[in-house]
Amino acid sequence: MIFEILQAVLLLGIVVSGLLAVKSSDLLRAVIFLAAMSMLLSAQFYLLQAPDVAIAEAAVGAGLSTAIFVIAISKTERWENGKKH
Amino acid sequence: MSPIVKNVAVVLVIPITMFGLYIILHGHLTPGGGFPGGAIMASLVVLFFVAFGKEWAKKINKGILFFGESFGLALFGLLAFLGLGTSFFHNFLANSDSLFGMSIPFGANSGFLWSGGIIPLMNIAVGLEVFAALSIIAVVMFLENGKVMFSEKENNVGGKK
Repeated sequence: MIFEILQAVLLLGIVVSGLLAVKSSDLLRAVIFLAAMSMLLSAQFYLLQAPDVAIAEAAVGAGLSTAIFVIAISKTERWENGKKH
Repeated sequence: MSPIVKNVAVVLVIPITMFGLYIILHGHLTPGGGFPGGAIMASLVVLFFVAFGKEWAKKINKGILFFGESFGLALFGLLAFLGLGTSFFHNFLANSDSLFGMSIPFGANSGFLWSGGIIPLMNIAVGLEVFAALSIIAVVMFLENGKVMFSEKENNVGGKK
C-alpha cells in the first residue's frame, strides 16, 4: 500500500514540475524544474526496479543536461521573448 | 566562483572519479556500465567549468579528448571483430583463465569481478568514449560564442526590444 502511495506522489510531482517547467517564462527556473522532474523520474525508475535506467537518468538528466542548458541560457537570454515579467 | 566552491570542487575529484570508475568496472555485476559511469565522470568536468570558469576550460587539450573518443570506439569495434572466428561479438575471453576470464565459483555468490570475458573490457571502452564525447560537448558549448550565432535571427523576429 505504501508503495502505491509513494508512486502516486512521485508521478504527481513529475507532472507538476513538468507543467511548471513549460509554463514559467524564466528559462533558468524552467531548467531547474526540468532537473527536478528528471530526479523524480529517476526515483520512479528505481521504484519500478530498473536501477540501470535510474542511474543513467540521474547522471545525464539531472547532471549533464542541466549544466548544458544553463550554459546555453548564459550564452543567449534568460527571459522568454526577450522581456522581463 | 568563491573559494568555497573551488575547494569543494577540488575535494570532490577523488570521490566522483572513484564512483564513476566503480560504476564502469562493476558494469557486468551491478546496475550501471559504460554509459552511466562515463556520464558521471563527465559531470566532474562540468563541475570544474562551474567552479573555475573559462580560464580553466581553455587549458583543456581537446586533441586528447578527441583521441580518447576515437580510441574507445575503435577498441569496442576491435573487441567485437576479434571474436569473429565464431561469430560477431563472440565472448572469446570467457572461461579462459586470463584477465576478466576466470570461471565463476559454483554456488550462490555476490558476483565475481574477474569474470565476464570481453564484457568488462567493452564497458571500459564505452566509458572512455562517453566521458570524452560528453566532455567535448561541454567544452564546445562552454567556449563557443553563441551570441554571434543568434543575433541575426533575433533582430528579424523582433521579439527583442
